[in-house]
Amino acid sequence: MSSSNRLLDELAQQEYKHGFVTPIESEAIPAGLSEDVVRLISRKKEEPDWLLEWRLKAYRHWLTMEEPTWAKVHYPAIDYQKIVYYSSPKSVAENRPKSLDEVDPELLAMYEKLGVPLKEREILAGVAVDAVLDSVSVATTFREKLQELGVIFCSFSEAVRAYPDLVRKYLGSVVPYTDNFFATLNSAVFSDGSFCFIPKGVRCPMELSTYFRINQADTGQFERTLIVAEEGAYVSYLEGCTAPKRDRNQLHAAIVELVAFDDAQIKYSTVQNWYPGDKDGKGGIYNFVTKRGKCAGRNSKISWTQVETGSAITWKYPSCLLLGDHSVGEFYSVALTANFQQADTGTKMIHVGKNTRSTIVSKGISAGHGQNTYRGAVKIARSAEGARNYSQCDSLLIGEKCGAHTFPYIEVKNSSATLEHEASTSRIGEDQLFYCMQRGLSPEDAVSMIVNGFAKRVLKELPMEFAVEAQKLLGVSLEGAVG
Amino acid sequence: MKKPLLEIKDLRVSIAEDGHRILNGIDLAIGPGEVHALMGPNGSGKSTLAHVLAGRPGYDVTAGQVLYDGKDLLALKPEERAREGIFLAFQYPVEIPGVSNTYFLRTALNAVRKHRGLSELDAMDFLSLLDEKAKLVEMEERMLERGVNEGFSGGEKKRNEVLQMAMLDPRLAVLDETDSGLDIDALRVVAAGVNALRSPERSMLVITHYQRLLSYIVPDVVHVLADGRIVKTGGKELALELEEKGYAWIGSGANASAPEAPAAR
Repeated sequence: MSSSNRLLDELAQQEYKHGFVTPIESEAIPAGLSEDVVRLISRKKEEPDWLLEWRLKAYRHWLTMEEPTWAKVHYPAIDYQKIVYYSSPKSVAENRPKSLDEVDPELLAMYEKLGVPLKEREILAGVAVDAVLDSVSVATTFREKLQELGVIFCSFSEAVRAYPDLVRKYLGSVVPYTDNFFATLNSAVFSDGSFCFIPKGVRCPMELSTYFRINQADTGQFERTLIVAEEGAYVSYLEGCTAPKRDRNQLHAAIVELVAFDDAQIKYSTVQNWYPGDKDGKGGIYNFVTKRGKCAGRNSKISWTQVETGSAITWKYPSCLLLGDHSVGEFYSVALTANFQQADTGTKMIHVGKNTRSTIVSKGISAGHGQNTYRGAVKIARSAEGARNYSQCDSLLIGEKCGAHTFPYIEVKNSSATLEHEASTSRIGEDQLFYCMQRGLSPEDAVSMIVNGFAKRVLKELPMEFAVEAQKLLGVSLEGAVG
Repeated sequence: MKKPLLEIKDLRVSIAEDGHRILNGIDLAIGPGEVHALMGPNGSGKSTLAHVLAGRPGYDVTAGQVLYDGKDLLALKPEERAREGIFLAFQYPVEIPGVSNTYFLRTALNAVRKHRGLSELDAMDFLSLLDEKAKLVEMEERMLERGVNEGFSGGEKKRNEVLQMAMLDPRLAVLDETDSGLDIDALRVVAAGVNALRSPERSMLVITHYQRLLSYIVPDVVHVLADGRIVKTGGKELALELEEKGYAWIGSGANASAPEAPAAR
């Protein structure tokens, strides 16, 4: 027995492959947070006054708030004065590159190494990338091609300059600056991120993606992503994240806002692989993120798919506000916690419109000393005649020191609603492992296969390019290649 | 006499957790192509022997040795034994939800082929081989796409074991109570599948409580196990005799007849 437990422990401690530091010259502001810092960030980004005012309102509100403690995660108090709130690669800070040719070759090489080539001819056909490093966007690919269709895909800073009216209209329209402690902090100090706008009737012909990378030590990353799909528009958006190995924890507090109008559809996929800390729980990213989508129109649909394998602590609840009649919200999640990782993640589905539907499929995998919590809320408002929800929460335990926890909340104010909830907890058994090994599989392949089978329902929701990466991340060879 | 494929010498095994002794000196040799049956009452150590041969964790080998093709079998990891051609048909096949039977088989087959210095089978070649072998056990296509043993009936699980055996082409197959939980029709299908896999290049150790299975899979040699020792060895007629007289018949006089290596045929 002990031998197979040892084996599971070893497997749970897989090496983090993106942990290298790139020696890039940076221009950072001193650590600490004050109104002056907020003004400085805004000035560096050459922002209009209305945006600075909005940031300051957020900052002043943040000063009145307390850090939430209800999540089932434990970490020492964060000293917000020790965080660097803005850091930019020097080459980008001094002279903003206008095209890919002007991007520092060192930066391009770093993205190559991460498996995110930014040279368009080398990119998998059909994926446009916005690359965000520390606090700034380094490059955005395929912009001209998308512009021909009226699709706007650029960094958030650029959107503020080029499309101020659009940004002003939608910024904070889904996640107000007063929303929660971390979202409010983000609203005060956010640096960059991506902006996508899909005009009426346009089906975005390629996957849009943002690759987030934290490189500098002690730097927090506070990015915002805003995606708007007008009537009948469709977009599939992907997001990937990595960071170097460092002994000290780093904060990532992002906001994602999605808005879908009548018959529009937004599919948002995340493969989150921030540095999780070492096998003793030292270092790693605190990933405190607010993601919310508003199904504003009839028949609109927002799908969240997330594969969360990184971060020391994950605190995020991608949610859907189902306002439009017949609108649909979906949440598919795989969260893996190994070593000393902690995750408290789930979703909120808020049904307001008539005949709104939501689906929640959550797969939590815990290994080592990992603690994995699903926390979800399904709310059916009085107005949501005929609303339906289906929830499924499964937990898989690997080894004997990890934990899985489930907190589903349900609040129904309309008796015509239909809700279903299924849940299970299972353990990768010695029996399953031995069975696979008796058929010639290595223990590593056996665990991968079992985990992959467990997460299959979620992985199949990912776009192809991402599914492959996600399966590798779960330590898996390609399932479903046959038949 | 042909050199045995499997040679077990004075094998003594106890449960790792509590030191409880299960096998108290097993001697057994199986030649290439031979089918041996291992019978015995509940708790006599039949399944333990199967598990130890396959390398299941949780047992301590306290004495003796096992030679497989002249090599020290007990020094190999479970997956190495499998790749070297040892196959265990489980008494209780395990479910692996979400992993399709087809994918599982292909991964296993390619792991085994790689070890044997063969190239991986491509999807087309694999599927045609699978089609052919699935017919052996009358396995329908839809079952190949389901999760490994997920929601299978007892009979389906056992047929799936024989299908895996057919695909992996082992040199030594250990069938651990493959007849348990089968109705008579399922038993016939499973036995026919096993018989089709008999060959001069494949040896089998068929573990069972009942003679019933052995009228379908006719063994060359029958051993009777009691209290962790082989107490009687004979030809196929020994199984019939046991069926008639019960295990109690072996009784006290059994220990006197020292286990003999089976005669080569």
